[in-house]
Amino acid sequence: MTSPILRRDLLGTAAALVGTAATLPAAEAAQISGSLPWSPSEGTPPPVEPTQPYTWEFFTADEAALVGAIADRIIPADDLSIGGKEAGCAVFIDKQLAGNYGKGTNYYLKGPYRPGTPQQGPQTLETFAQRYREGLAALVAFCASKHGGAAFTTLSAADQDALLHEMEAGAFYTGPVTSTAFFNQLIQNVREGYFADPIYGGNKDMAGWKLIGFPGARYDYRDVIGRRGEKLDLEPVGLMGRPGWNPA
Amino acid sequence: MALKRPKADAVIIGLGWAGSLMANELTMAGLNVVAIERGGWRDTSTDFPTSMDTDELRYATRRELLQPLSVETMSFRNNPGQQARPLRDFNTYQFGWGAGGAGSHWNGMTWRFLPNDFQTYSNTVAKYGKGRFVTGLTVQDWGVTYDDLEPFYDKFERYAGTSGKAGNIKGVIQPGGNVFEGARQRDYPLPPLERTRAAELFDIGAKELGLHSFPVPAGNTSGAYVNPLGIHMAPCTYCGYCEFFGCGNWSKSSPNACILPALIQRPNFTVITESEVMKVNLTPDKKMATGVTYIDKQGREWEQPADIVVISAYQMDNVRLMLLSGIGKPYDRASLTGVVGRNYANQTVSGAGVFFENENLNPFIGAGALAQSADDYNSDNFDHAKLDFIGGANMLIHSTNGRPIGSANVVPPGTPRWGSEWKKTYKDSYQVGNSIYNQGNSYPHEDVFLDLDPTYTDRFGRPLLRVTFDWNENDKRSGHFMADRAVEFGHAMNAKMVFRNEPTAKHFSPMDNLSSHTTGGAIMGDDPMTSAVNRYLQSWDVPNTFVCGASAFANNGGYNPTGTVGALTLWAAEAIKTKYLKSPGALVSL
Repeated sequence: MTSPILRRDLLGTAAALVGTAATLPAAEAAQISGSLPWSPSEGTPPPVEPTQPYTWEFFTADEAALVGAIADRIIPADDLSIGGKEAGCAVFIDKQLAGNYGKGTNYYLKGPYRPGTPQQGPQTLETFAQRYREGLAALVAFCASKHGGAAFTTLSAADQDALLHEMEAGAFYTGPVTSTAFFNQLIQNVREGYFADPIYGGNKDMAGWKLIGFPGARYDYRDVIGRRGEKLDLEPVGLMGRPGWNPA
Repeated sequence: MALKRPKADAVIIGLGWAGSLMANELTMAGLNVVAIERGGWRDTSTDFPTSMDTDELRYATRRELLQPLSVETMSFRNNPGQQARPLRDFNTYQFGWGAGGAGSHWNGMTWRFLPNDFQTYSNTVAKYGKGRFVTGLTVQDWGVTYDDLEPFYDKFERYAGTSGKAGNIKGVIQPGGNVFEGARQRDYPLPPLERTRAAELFDIGAKELGLHSFPVPAGNTSGAYVNPLGIHMAPCTYCGYCEFFGCGNWSKSSPNACILPALIQRPNFTVITESEVMKVNLTPDKKMATGVTYIDKQGREWEQPADIVVISAYQMDNVRLMLLSGIGKPYDRASLTGVVGRNYANQTVSGAGVFFENENLNPFIGAGALAQSADDYNSDNFDHAKLDFIGGANMLIHSTNGRPIGSANVVPPGTPRWGSEWKKTYKDSYQVGNSIYNQGNSYPHEDVFLDLDPTYTDRFGRPLLRVTFDWNENDKRSGHFMADRAVEFGHAMNAKMVFRNEPTAKHFSPMDNLSSHTTGGAIMGDDPMTSAVNRYLQSWDVPNTFVCGASAFANNGGYNPTGTVGALTLWAAEAIKTKYLKSPGALVSL
């Protein structure tokens, strides 16, 4: 059903377009020959790779090193894939905490603060950025108390794991809640950094997607949906494409 | 003093599915309609382009299309003896935000409720006796039947471009469809979606158990389609970015794709975006609405006068707006009187995690409503004579997405949450893990209700809605029975590992994200003592106010609610057009 209004509007639009074309200044004319007048990824946002050396937006250098070391224990480097630190999880979290997520823009942080039941969810009024600042400081202090003042980053992998297991079990407090809450936050954010699109600063070379065989930001599987149960081996693609699309 | 806009024939609060459908019908009938939407305008091609839509972090993890909790959240408690606390983090309640509402970012499962779902009270009493209801259950008939709504389900499916296979056309059973469904006048407008390996495995299980397998009716287009408004929809590409995402491909049934492109061009329609309705204004005797008061983006207060007010926000916000406006008597748990906030229900969820061997499920190939299902244990589709509960659940396997952040917990229970062992297990599970998901009937109970929170407020300082909910005894029995069925099903599919999932065995928490399908609180019915609106969704107390949405459900079916939201809204719109406009006033006399 096409309403008379719709038809009238369409005619009006068409007339306007004709008028525009007729009055284009001559300077905007172009001759196109031999190849398409565009380059891959032209006109898209700046390159994915963070500038080297990366300038931390939220973390101090010490905090960044600590988060990188934690990311490497939550998702360790092994024969399956690179670790969380190399994948850029600390960079990812830094960028998140410096933005709306860190500020808690979309979350309900109004008081009064009153503890609740587990079913009522987290009750802290702190932003995610504040939770990191406080949580990392508490971890530094806990680590120092257990290891004669040593920094987490200097411990062996086994000692780091042992410390994180204690943190996971709630060995210390960050603000009014046990360290379990902050550890859960770390697991979630490190996973995000490892598996989110590389535009966010992590998932280097789509390592996270390659690990599990996720094809990424593709949006059309009609050509393969009929191959039910087959191993498809689709190379991942990010929102910015993939290296093969941008030959050096 | 509030600024004042010219009077409209009808003002619509919230431009989701219910608001869009109502606005479409009323403007086609010639009424001058103004809709007020709390979020912004959202357009299929420019707001959800496929080149930026496939971003899990932005939309699924951070839930960018949902209403921010800083705008409004709910407070929650499990029982009336507790103090409620605000839900500060994203959770199972998923409010829409912007033109299209939750209809922009839903998955698209487009069910018709079963005939029994509308008449559970009468049918149960007749078949099993009153003693079958556990203490405190407040089951009651809806005041409409499936047959009343059938033409409106059909109309909604045509607008939405639903893909499916009929199971019962005019009483003739259609193999391959849902043989338990109520009789329909004709098949779906589009055939079912493509099948996945998961659907094949489900069919193996269903055959082994003698159950009737069929594809879930989907608000994802299986092919090109032109709806009755002349809007062209394009075939779904199975991208796997549906729930929490908009669809820039014109493939998801949504107000943005199916209604708004036609509606917005009518000169007798206006939408005011980024503006929040504070309350419905009433005459001093509270017998009629005069319009609404809203606050615009600049913080200015406006009055929009209107002859008809349609409250069509999210189910919970419909209830909250009624309470804030003083429409209808609030439910009081102590005296068991009042109706607004009563008969709140959720969804009785259970299931089983299933992990296969030597399979490539390719979970990233999916659509929001791409699922294979069996209805043999839903509602009263099976004999409850030897059981001690009512209702049941639809069982399904879902091929919806393989997004890697959200799938990171799809590993066998007992797997460490971090470290190399988690990593290896996640890699190994990714292609072989899925679940049998039972979404069950949920029946209202006198201890479960919605009211205004005494402590916590929204951005304007108005009380939050307080949710008091926990599983009732019927939910627990039904959930336990259905978890058994899911485990049985997992083994029948030859899964290597099957893990029982029975959330009803512990206290409900919104943080568990079991189901967003909340219903009731402003229910329809035949009796103003036990319902907030009559069978035409018209307020008993303020007859020029209609309340459209899942808030009208007297109980929840074992299905997603949107198909029934659409049908009820179109049914109410028909009553307004054919009855109310001719003779404004109460459509049901007592």
